[in-house]
Amino acid sequence: MAWTKKILRVNLTDGVISAEPLNMEWAQQYLGQRGLATRYFVEEVDAQVGALSPDNKFIMATGPLTGTMASTGGRYSCITKSPLTGTIACSNSGGFFGAEMKNAGWDMIILEGKSPTPVYLYVENDQARLIPAEDLWGKSVWATDEEIHKKHQDPQIRIACVGRAAESGNLFAAVVNDLHRAAGRSGVGTVLASKNVKAVALRGTRGVGNIKDMKRFMDATFEHKKVLAANAVTGAGLPTYGTQVLMNVINELGALPTRNMREVRFEGAHSVSGEAMHEPRASDGKKNLTRNGGCFGCTIACGRISSVDRTHFSVKDKPQYWGNSGGLEYEAAWALGPDTGVDDLDALTYVNFLCNEDGIDPISFGATVAAAMELFEDGVITTEQTGGIELKFGSAEALVKIAELTARGEGFGKEIGLGSKRLCEKYGRPELSMTVKGQEFPAYDPRGIQGMGLTYATSNRGACHLRSYTVSSEVLGIPVKTDPLATDGKPELVIAFQDATAAVDSSGLCIFSTFAWSLDNIAPQIDAACEGDWSVEKCAEVGARIWQLERDFNMRAGLTAADDTLPKRLLKDAANVGPAEGKVCDLGAMLPKYYELRGWTTEGQLTPETRQRYGLPS
Amino acid sequence: MQKSLHIDPEKCTGCLQCEMACSYENEGVFNPSKSRIKVFTFHDEGRFVPYTCTQCDEAWCMQACPVDAIVLNFVTGAKYILNDRCVGCKVCTIACPFGTVNYNTSTGKVIKCDLCGGDPKCAEACPTGAITYIDANATGLERMRMWAAKTDTQASTHA
Repeated sequence: MAWTKKILRVNLTDGVISAEPLNMEWAQQYLGQRGLATRYFVEEVDAQVGALSPDNKFIMATGPLTGTMASTGGRYSCITKSPLTGTIACSNSGGFFGAEMKNAGWDMIILEGKSPTPVYLYVENDQARLIPAEDLWGKSVWATDEEIHKKHQDPQIRIACVGRAAESGNLFAAVVNDLHRAAGRSGVGTVLASKNVKAVALRGTRGVGNIKDMKRFMDATFEHKKVLAANAVTGAGLPTYGTQVLMNVINELGALPTRNMREVRFEGAHSVSGEAMHEPRASDGKKNLTRNGGCFGCTIACGRISSVDRTHFSVKDKPQYWGNSGGLEYEAAWALGPDTGVDDLDALTYVNFLCNEDGIDPISFGATVAAAMELFEDGVITTEQTGGIELKFGSAEALVKIAELTARGEGFGKEIGLGSKRLCEKYGRPELSMTVKGQEFPAYDPRGIQGMGLTYATSNRGACHLRSYTVSSEVLGIPVKTDPLATDGKPELVIAFQDATAAVDSSGLCIFSTFAWSLDNIAPQIDAACEGDWSVEKCAEVGARIWQLERDFNMRAGLTAADDTLPKRLLKDAANVGPAEGKVCDLGAMLPKYYELRGWTTEGQLTPETRQRYGLPS
Repeated sequence: MQKSLHIDPEKCTGCLQCEMACSYENEGVFNPSKSRIKVFTFHDEGRFVPYTCTQCDEAWCMQACPVDAIVLNFVTGAKYILNDRCVGCKVCTIACPFGTVNYNTSTGKVIKCDLCGGDPKCAEACPTGAITYIDANATGLERMRMWAAKTDTQASTHA
């Protein structure tokens, strides 16, 4: 059990809200959250649907361990078709919103159709209603959060909402919950806004029960919690430095994509690293990092709570940004920093605040700005297009200005909101877009970490590190060290990571737990909580089934094997420095083997045997 | 030895595992809204502060209860609710200066921390040691040790 076994379905077009039982047969095959919501999605939505059409649906889904004592069990995901990539979108977030959904008694909320006017969904346990939100439209995430709390006179409501970027049609807009946790990637916020939904506000007081064997569950969660606390990464590195522990490590490795991935090492990396966030600044002696914070039920607490130096040019006249808020995590710091060549920690922190305040994905934003900077440097765009902004690599002023415009959907910010692929195509230089399937790369150069090349090329949601984080193995040696420059064995490694990750993303747990935990630690917790047999093998099989289901959806949506590739820059231009000097990403040495192991044709389609093996819907 | 809950907000990450452990012990489900201990977030300041009953010696809730439903556990020092006696009049919730006694609409009784009979689950669940259960006669010991460590022994010897 652990599932509430209930789904809340909201038809926005006609305003009808209904409860329905969870399909428990599917729950046994797809577990929850990412997997189970995708199963519902492919059943109910035509893969060819326009992402911003009312016929697209938007699902918020928890896992069976969300809201329980299992460490890191606070996750939920947003599943829809992405306007950025045209693939399945599944963006995962922490904070407290997911647990609140479970406490209100729901495994999932399915939003369908389109509301004729702006609304927000308010759910208090069994009671759900759509409330007019004309007054909230045009407001930021932070202002919306404050207004809804005020309106209901209840400080304990948990809110997920979209900001002005999503309303303006920005294609990489996020859904932000609890002020600074985000279902960040693939434009899931854009879809929510396209349905005229400003926010989902939850209050749950029913509690999460339905645990199969409570004694065994409590014993298992306590035992494995100790593993997280004792591990060097989850017990020390992440709480102290957050994911920013990686900045200097990846730079040393010559795998830190720099200035739109032209280079692989950034001379200013230290200034924007996790270590730098601990250094007292000159003006007030305070550190950028105030403290670490945890999401619901988390034993790691990698979250950054930071402040910007109030004498810094970006905020000196804006006292509303002088307090603490969500600080830089590695991917955001990389996209806003090394990829744009900006080494100003306060500028990056302020821009990160803006990304949270108005709900944009800092990875896609930073990477798109980087592409625009290269277009500017090449003279393809000028101050005429940018509205006077000197969009040069390394300019903190330009980054700050463009972030303000993009967050609010104004001026040249609207063009940045197209994402790097559409922007570069628009100006006739598609080769400058560092994307796969239309989604921007995260912070690992696949010339220096070969497995990440295959990861990006085959990710079901476009370039992404969170579909198979082989950096764990290739850089950190978890669970075993592999050579980052080798391609041998990488198809097997990527598949193992993809499958395990899909299972973890469907459980309610956080993927960062897997720096310390393998499925050997996770399966026993699922098994104690959920009816049925949840062995390690079954979890891996469920993960593989989810991967195949997502792939099948993408192929039906019209993608082909030709989309499983990388930008020419990574396949043709060798790294100029570091251990990978002289190397390109040798995707061709990995991809055919990957297809074969996945049970796909050379065209990348699932074979009938594969479909049958995983019991996929026809 | 009688013990007290000791809270060090500096160590709290706001993960709410204390609230889950408390609600599980008392309600049988994970339900932060029914927890006897609450973690407060001061967002702008970047602070998390767990807060619960201090078990006042001269407990105003106990004094105020018209039906003697709040009683003292002589071993732990906790003041706890006798559910079969509580009539849900809520006078104790008004009497408590700290707000740590609260009414539960689903049972019609009040709830407050009872130190789990001497084995508080919040302290057990806390992953960072922000909540501990320590000698009630020396809750200042750690802070004294901290200041003692800062003492400049060398200087005072030569003074």
